Amino acid sequence: MKRLATLALAAALSLSAFAQDKFITLASTTSTDQSGLFGHLLPQFQKASGIAVRVIALGTGQALDAARRGDADVVFVHDKAAEEKFVAEGFGLERQEVMFNDFVVIGPSDDAAKAIGNDINAALRAIYASKAPFVSRGDKSGTHAAELRYWKAAGVDPASEKQSWYREVGQGMGPALNTAAAMNAYILADRGTWLAFKNRQNLAIAVEGDKQLFNQYGVILLNPAKHAHVKKTEGQAFIDWIVSPAGQAAIASFKVNGQALFFPNATKR
Amino acid sequence: MADDMATLLTLQNASVTIQGKALVEAISLRVGSGEFVCMLGANGAGKSTLLRLAHGLIAPTHGACARVPIAEQAMLFQRPALLKRSAEENVRFSLAARDVPYAEQVARTDEALAACGLSALATRYARSLSGGEQQRLALACAWALRPRVLFADEPTASLDLNAVHAVEAVLRALHAQGTTIVMTTHSLAQAKRLAQRIVFLHQGRVTDDASAALFFAGERSPSASHFFEGERL
Amino acid sequence: MIFNALRDALGLIAAADGALFQIIWLSLKVSASATLLAALIGMPLGAWVALTTSRLRTILIVFLNACMGLPPVVIGLLIYLLLSRSGPLGALGWLFTPKAMIVAQTVLITPIIAALTRQVIEDAHAEYKDWFASLGLSVWATVRTLLVDARFSLVTALLAGFGRAVAEVGAVMIVGGNINGFTRVMTTAISLETSKGDLALALALGFILVSMVFALNAVAHAIKRYAARRYG
Repeated sequence: MKRLATLALAAALSLSAFAQDKFITLASTTSTDQSGLFGHLLPQFQKASGIAVRVIALGTGQALDAARRGDADVVFVHDKAAEEKFVAEGFGLERQEVMFNDFVVIGPSDDAAKAIGNDINAALRAIYASKAPFVSRGDKSGTHAAELRYWKAAGVDPASEKQSWYREVGQGMGPALNTAAAMNAYILADRGTWLAFKNRQNLAIAVEGDKQLFNQYGVILLNPAKHAHVKKTEGQAFIDWIVSPAGQAAIASFKVNGQALFFPNATKR
Repeated sequence: MADDMATLLTLQNASVTIQGKALVEAISLRVGSGEFVCMLGANGAGKSTLLRLAHGLIAPTHGACARVPIAEQAMLFQRPALLKRSAEENVRFSLAARDVPYAEQVARTDEALAACGLSALATRYARSLSGGEQQRLALACAWALRPRVLFADEPTASLDLNAVHAVEAVLRALHAQGTTIVMTTHSLAQAKRLAQRIVFLHQGRVTDDASAALFFAGERSPSASHFFEGERL
Repeated sequence: MIFNALRDALGLIAAADGALFQIIWLSLKVSASATLLAALIGMPLGAWVALTTSRLRTILIVFLNACMGLPPVVIGLLIYLLLSRSGPLGALGWLFTPKAMIVAQTVLITPIIAALTRQVIEDAHAEYKDWFASLGLSVWATVRTLLVDARFSLVTALLAGFGRAVAEVGAVMIVGGNINGFTRVMTTAISLETSKGDLALALALGFILVSMVFALNAVAHAIKRYAARRYG
């Protein structure tokens, strides 16, 4: 009863300061958001189309769940398997590839586990053998899913064995890096977040360049059949733009410290 | 209901019992128009309870109580509760509570404040007045209501001598205008100065109910005499 | 690092950083709106609980006091489920907008304002009870008179509610989504910068927020003293 009164009052006192322009809600990941890509990309889209994009940054799993609930119009994440499942379930119309970046393994500069190099399997086996502290996202994110794939490929499974040196923090990329810096631990991160990360302390890149560290991003429009309110036209406009030459060029032109973070690879249609 | 226009209050064998303890018992009393009654008694004798019962703030647990409507009554408390406003706003508030129209409120406020000697302090904040002035202000609030009967619960108990006399003067003036006054006091001297009739309470019961002249001449119960001697000391 | 943060904070303000001012302004707008709504609901509610003779009274007082301790993040979750498109009120489309943040903060601070109002009104009523009964004052007039008479204590209750709202992060993060330029407030910005590892900026924002809260408390104190001196 009290809640109804609250809402009624709020509606009555409708604060019109909040704009009514065209907008879509984009569910994406914290790592993508924190890299600064959206700050670079979205103003260009808005200028071209007049549509504002409101970004909700969550882990990949949470972003897809929010979309399943109908709380977003478009999802933009980096976990192919989860994305394909999302479309197969009927929540999304179609998955299109947009860009990729890569993962890197970050570690203490003294490299106690001798993991430095460009072979991810060897590095993970070395970390496992030396029981060096390792921080895992542990949050159903795209990065977490990738990390688990790499452990599997390397043939070891610290997560199920509940090894004490393997620390699951259940947090986004930034907080996980903070924790790794504080613990002087190894951690898998996307290059974008690492480049933007300021609290490095003793950490540096340990492993990079392995082809397996390739991280593909996909974009999906929500299926209006599941949620009638989805902004199909504007959402599609965003997708069309981001895979277009203009959008792809915008992605390529995003640089941190002179380095490009994301590499456009949308299929030409 | 009152028997005739001259009776303002009738209590018949009334008692007030709270949690098994009788605060006042077997009270039979009649107050007529124009009287000035002082209720005397030691602390804890039940004077306050009886007054509140008479005014209608509490109901009797036994017995009957008949009184004029509350709109024709007013009460003064030992420590006046005044709103955080100016003196005149307090008086107007009490008039507004009794649904007096605004234009009349202003006139009666001025009249009441003047009667209580507070005209100069009308715009002062009520809580910044002295103890005696605050009690006179509470009196002004009551005066403005033009009650047929005023109940006063030890109205000068916490005041200095000058303030006591000032308040007593207003009470006398109010009585002279025709208002019946029923007040409690533990001061014999004050009762002697003001009362026409004395009601003495001892341990919740009325032991004396006589004219003041007779009471002070020596016609009183043993408990009253005991009290008398105690006070004299 | 703390001194640098203080310096950075002053630098941000001096630079009249547009994004910063938008964040500060949104924090104030959301929390002030919530305080206003919470007052409209909580003050009459608190006054009623103070004056009622209903047997529910004790239960209500205990309930209100307990609700004061509701974790903001739990309230955020509940309002999220309510306003999600899959939820009962999804059609309103308020999720991830400032409206949802106002709703969540209103729910958060209404118990505080109601409980404080109850205490204030109860104390005031104890003082005036006999006189009002003697005057035959109606319940509605009693409520009105007490609310006005206790106005200074009530204003400090409002400031307490506002302070709690402007300092919380759990509720607004979940229902607002911390959207850049749209639902980002001081607390969620601090949370974000911390998670990005930009501790200096987070501290700078923190200084600004804490200064605001301190200033608020100073104002509340000054009001109380003014009232005490003036009215006694």
